[in-house]
Amino acid sequence: MAADIHRTIVAVWRIEQPRLITNLSRMLRDVPLAEDLTQEALLAAFEHWPAIGVPEKPGAWLMATAKRRALDHLRRTKMLARKHGIIACDMEQEQQAMPDLDSGLDDDIGDELLRLIFTACHPLLSREARAALALRMICGLTTEEIARAFLLPEATIAQRIVRAKRTLSESGLAYETPRGEELSRRLASVLEVVYLIFNEGYTAARGEHWLRPQLCHDALRIGRVLTSIAPHQPEAHGLLALMELNASRIAARTDAAGEPILLLDQNRALWDQLQIRRGMQALGRARELGGAGGSYALQAAIIACHAQAITADGTDWPRISGLYAELAALVRSPVVELNRAVAIGMAEGPEAGLLVVDRLVHEPVLKGYHLLGSVRGDLLHKLGRYEEARTAFEAAALLAGNKREQDLLRRRAAEAAKAGTAASYRL
Amino acid sequence: MRFMYLVKHPGPPGNPTPEMMEAMHKLADREIKAGRMLDNGGLMPVQAGAQVRIADGKLSVIDGPFVEAKEVVGGYAIFELRDKEEAVAMAKEFMQLHLDHMPGWEGTCELRSFAGP
Repeated sequence: MAADIHRTIVAVWRIEQPRLITNLSRMLRDVPLAEDLTQEALLAAFEHWPAIGVPEKPGAWLMATAKRRALDHLRRTKMLARKHGIIACDMEQEQQAMPDLDSGLDDDIGDELLRLIFTACHPLLSREARAALALRMICGLTTEEIARAFLLPEATIAQRIVRAKRTLSESGLAYETPRGEELSRRLASVLEVVYLIFNEGYTAARGEHWLRPQLCHDALRIGRVLTSIAPHQPEAHGLLALMELNASRIAARTDAAGEPILLLDQNRALWDQLQIRRGMQALGRARELGGAGGSYALQAAIIACHAQAITADGTDWPRISGLYAELAALVRSPVVELNRAVAIGMAEGPEAGLLVVDRLVHEPVLKGYHLLGSVRGDLLHKLGRYEEARTAFEAAALLAGNKREQDLLRRRAAEAAKAGTAASYRL
Repeated sequence: MRFMYLVKHPGPPGNPTPEMMEAMHKLADREIKAGRMLDNGGLMPVQAGAQVRIADGKLSVIDGPFVEAKEVVGGYAIFELRDKEEAVAMAKEFMQLHLDHMPGWEGTCELRSFAGP
């Protein structure tokens, strides 16, 4: 029973959390402090609701409690200032400290939320710190949940959050939405973090769990928030499209035993059509806004080619390899080039794909990247060069960080060995 | 987790009051901006649709109204939420709006979890 009400309280608090933190940030003009006080409101609910029951309007209760704490804080700092004889600009302070609390405070939180996201994902902070803060401040995750999601000790995440909040508090950052050129630079730093969270959930880098979908959902949520409160930013729509389209395949990506199923082998009936539709809408929006050539939009367009093919054989590989060429010109990444090789292999045959891959073998960035060997092995296998394929798969298996991927690569090595033996008998 | 919300009420639907409409729009706006509501919509009266039914091994098409139906689905929404507790909290908040803005209204908000991973 106690556990039940505990879960109910967390659920209600989480629904209310974005509104709580944005309202308090606006009152206090201090995001880290606002975050502390929304946590205090949660603790207050833990303390009182088991006795009084869940209030009829739990959101209003939490808001009133949080605002009361914020007002207490403002009064305290004002008294402290008086005590230290800083009465000079008293009038000004008075106005700052007691803003008009009811002026539309509960209505549109869009701008406020955007400011909050920009603060939590400030380039001043490391990518990891930005990810933790975003999950905590925007999605209302607890430190423990973030730690579990990232497979890290709770103390590590707690420390990361404390440090990040201290950095924000001490930096004296203006709590505002960046404008003009600054906006697109800052937005890039936000999108990067959202995509990092998504990918952390989509392909876990370590451990047994190949998929941790909850992080994908959290990233998707932030993506949807961003596109609804900053609707004129094409790359925000591009990233949302990319995430929705990738997430549409979650149910099809593993078999009953949890083994990964490669894209072309997936049962397309399991792809989530609602999510594909949302992804296509977001991609369409990115294009309307002139963002078809953005890096997220290009990646989304590639996934869209898969999403729209009714069967794997119907995939428009020439278009995909063209999109990869565009992407490669934009980001100049060997990983993108490797993907282009796969597409060329499908569009023009394994020989043409292998030509591109072999140019990448000595890329320092790809040293230790298991997918290089995996792609090479696949193309060699298709060309009937089984012994070379086996060697490539085996080397790749040693580099893969995730047990399920290791198993998959070992299986492919064994298949290549078997095909090689069969071929030599035929000779 | 994804949830489907079905709002049902007995008999022909009365039009929601303007206050109710406003409150619903506000909630929907908040939930879209919070990235939790994926889809929603109201449904026309049953007469505008039909039922295709199998009984006794026979297939038949029936136009409404359906006398045996005690409750009619008036609208739906699809949400992406963390767990059932969040889903219930959301439904309670939505239904509270009816209590506040449509005195005398009775009905059910049924929430169902999608099958899937």
